[in-house]
Amino acid sequence: MKYLRFLIIIGYGAVATLPLLWVVLSSMKHRADTISLHAKVVPAPTAPADPASITFEATAEAWRDLAAVHAGAQASFWHYLANSIIIGVLSTIASLALGTACAYGFSRFRIPGSGDWLFFILSTRFLPPLAVVVPVLMMYRELDLQGTHAGLILLYTIFNLSLSVWLMKGFLDEIPRAFEEAALVDGYTRWQAFLRVVLPEARTGMAVTAVFCIISAWNEYGFAMTLNSSGAITVPAYFAGLQGNIDGMPWPQIAAGALVFVAPIIIFTICTRKNLLRGMTFGTIKQ
Amino acid sequence: MSFIQIRALEKTWPDGTAAVRRFDLDIAAGEFTVLLGPSGCGKTTTLRMIAGLETPTSGKILLNGADVTHLPPSRRDVGFVFQFYALYPHMSVAENIAFPLACTGVARAERIAAVAEIAERLCISNLLNRRPRELPGGDQQRVALARAMIRKPAVWLMDEPLGTLDAELRAQLCEFIRARQIEARVATIYVTHDQDEAMRLADRVIVMNAGEILQIGAPSEMYLRPSSIFTARFVGSPGMNLIEGEVISNGGARAFAPRGGNIKLIIPNMNFAGPAWLGVRPEGVRCGMGATASGDLAGRIAVDAFAGSARFYHIDCAFGRVVARHDPGGRGAAGESVYLTFDPASICIFNAADGRRVS
Amino acid sequence: MKDPVLRISNLQKSYGGRRVLDGVQFDVSAGEFTVVLGPTGAGKTTLLRTIAGLETPDAGNIIMNGADALSLPPAARDVALVFQNFSLYPGKTVRANLEFPLRAPERGLGESDIKDRVAKAASMLHIERLLDRPARQLSGGEMQRVAIGRAIVRRPSLFLMDEPLTNLDAKLREELRVELRELARGLGAPVLWVTHDPSEALSMADRIIVLIAGRILQIGAPENVYFAPASPEVARQLGSPPINLISAVASGDLWRCADGTPICNIKHPAPASALLGIRPEHIAPTGGESPATVEVVENMGPTRVVVARFGSVVLHLLTSRDFSARPGDIIFPRVDGGKIIVWSA
Repeated sequence: MKYLRFLIIIGYGAVATLPLLWVVLSSMKHRADTISLHAKVVPAPTAPADPASITFEATAEAWRDLAAVHAGAQASFWHYLANSIIIGVLSTIASLALGTACAYGFSRFRIPGSGDWLFFILSTRFLPPLAVVVPVLMMYRELDLQGTHAGLILLYTIFNLSLSVWLMKGFLDEIPRAFEEAALVDGYTRWQAFLRVVLPEARTGMAVTAVFCIISAWNEYGFAMTLNSSGAITVPAYFAGLQGNIDGMPWPQIAAGALVFVAPIIIFTICTRKNLLRGMTFGTIKQ
Repeated sequence: MSFIQIRALEKTWPDGTAAVRRFDLDIAAGEFTVLLGPSGCGKTTTLRMIAGLETPTSGKILLNGADVTHLPPSRRDVGFVFQFYALYPHMSVAENIAFPLACTGVARAERIAAVAEIAERLCISNLLNRRPRELPGGDQQRVALARAMIRKPAVWLMDEPLGTLDAELRAQLCEFIRARQIEARVATIYVTHDQDEAMRLADRVIVMNAGEILQIGAPSEMYLRPSSIFTARFVGSPGMNLIEGEVISNGGARAFAPRGGNIKLIIPNMNFAGPAWLGVRPEGVRCGMGATASGDLAGRIAVDAFAGSARFYHIDCAFGRVVARHDPGGRGAAGESVYLTFDPASICIFNAADGRRVS
Repeated sequence: MKDPVLRISNLQKSYGGRRVLDGVQFDVSAGEFTVVLGPTGAGKTTLLRTIAGLETPDAGNIIMNGADALSLPPAARDVALVFQNFSLYPGKTVRANLEFPLRAPERGLGESDIKDRVAKAASMLHIERLLDRPARQLSGGEMQRVAIGRAIVRRPSLFLMDEPLTNLDAKLREELRVELRELARGLGAPVLWVTHDPSEALSMADRIIVLIAGRILQIGAPENVYFAPASPEVARQLGSPPINLISAVASGDLWRCADGTPICNIKHPAPASALLGIRPEHIAPTGGESPATVEVVENMGPTRVVVARFGSVVLHLLTSRDFSARPGDIIFPRVDGGKIIVWSA
């Protein structure tokens, strides 16, 4: 039984990490090796004599070339990564702040029609966001938001808001009202009680919500692509834009860039994984 | 052969803490047994092992001669009442109560009659068509009791079923449980931290602390002849007064000299000598108002606690705090001087070294 | 005459059409220990929360130390509230929990003052050794001590306690009752203590306020409420075992049950039919005329409760532990006619 469990975990681990491993290998290759007909899986210090060999010459070329400006692009990978970071982080902060404040209101105050309001907020998620891409595009053109950081930050914030309101409401509902009431009686104002008592207790929930928000903003592709011709292009749009350039796809550079791109998310998720696990089971068991 | 036999039952949690140790118990058919102890003493774990909700680390549980140690709960023929109501929210009160009968193949008409009868006795006849979540906690617990006690399984197991209820309702349900148990003669194991409930319900009380049985006996025995300091203090409300001191030779006899006091109490028929605790129940302490007569124990009332049918004076003496039970008409107020005498018949002496009673 | 610390008049509060507080009115004087006793759902907690400023009443007045308190936010009312369910911030240490109320910006206390107050409260409650532990590692009893410590450090002009002992073990409850009663005497500020536990009310209170379904049914000293309850509802709230309530008719110089069984002599001028309240300790198990069948005998330590069927009614008797009876035995209960309570029916 124990071994079987072990085998299943090993098997699943292998399947799950294989694509990532392939990306790691590709980032160490020359471009020719990435599109070779023969699978190249073993890095070696020198190029093999036999072209059909499974070994390839490992090189740091792709990593150095991350700073290069490829044909069809206006700046290097790092420039677009900076865009992704600015847009991802700011939109996450914004949707977390707004979502927490809104959820706190729904959780603690008697708001007329609060059920309907919450349903309305959820309903903004019913359509896939891309379904409204055309009207958004037209509005953004009118408002001069097209191709700006602010435009994408605003968009991602709004799309993440319903998720963050609902998640945060769930977490805040679990924090006993008495926590703040004790602080109120003890001489704190509601705002001070919120900052000093509720927020520290809501850390777990905020970490969980932040992970979901940043993942969806970070990986978003459709809007980043269509609302941009230049200006605020994020990494996913940048990679896609490399398609069909005259030099052919720079696969090793894309692989290296993809690794740099997913690294922060993986690290962030690992750092908050304790909170995430707690967050997932939060509220499922009630004494 | 007794009806339930528990042999060398042990439970150790994965982190190594022992929840229950060396638990041996025999329960006769139809007996009402109460496991009494403070939170964390292992009483609920023991009950859950008997129900099959928890697997023992070692030891055996025999029910009516058959080894049930490794049987699932459903095959043990036990009825369980949880501390928190655990009713099925999607069923009406009547359906909830009838549920244990539904799977035993009792005819429908009989089921309805049985539900009506038990509902009548618990004063919930008018609630039968409601859903559990519409009811206040007290009514939910009545329904839970009705559901557990409608069937007569081999054993009833109850985990602090009255713990969260108002006093009035608790007294009422206490009486219902006792009356129903007496008429059904179903062996019952009842877990509580409330010594008052234990004393009122039990044929036999099992006092537990830190995973072990400290004493087994009838309520009156537990009260009058506690085997250890722990039982003396835990049983009784308030518990037994305990005074630290020493048993010394006093001429031919033995006497108890409390620490911090310069008095001696003659203790007849005593072999023990050495550091000891003197125990006396509050009703064994008589207190007279006013100045101290010579040789008596002087004190001052610190707290005067009225209890309806009695009054308890908490009195500070040279050797500590003593509680005296007085009739409710007493007029002693906090701060007043009193003198005490101990009823020799109600005095217990405990060995200070191991806490066991020596007389 | 000094103003009372708290004066409440005609307090009204409804939730969704249900009256929770209905004309509640009382005073609390300096140094007084007042217990509000009532069953679950009587409005006790709402009353405390209204006084603390966490709820707004529909009507009525709350005057504290001579000034209107209704318009003040909770922070400005100078009351300390101990909750039933919440006691401490689990993530903070005991010390941080105790300091929390003192660090409120408006309070403007200096660091040495805060230290001093925390140390004093900790020694009063014997929790010095717990100060640096995280609150979540404490046992239930320890938590409740610290929770009360959080109130004490404030030195408020009124303590509000919402069933602080209810979630504890019976034994611990009994010990803390005495300890806290003594402690309260040293605090100076009055305590308004809410509970559903009659023995807590009887043993702790200077004065009991009986609150049922949002209305005050009686206010009085424990002995007064116990021996002279204003109504059968009040009588039922107090006493273990519960008071016997029997409908009776006067015939000649005897009270009789509806079925004719004689109960006891009529000692005072009486109406023709009445509800009698008879405390179980006022019925002797022997010496009466009519027989009763013992159904249950419960052991209470120094006493026994005997439940017996007496004609068409069930009687509870409180006897000494020397009286022995078994279910099925016949006894002849004798009711002390001078001690019964008579409400005209």
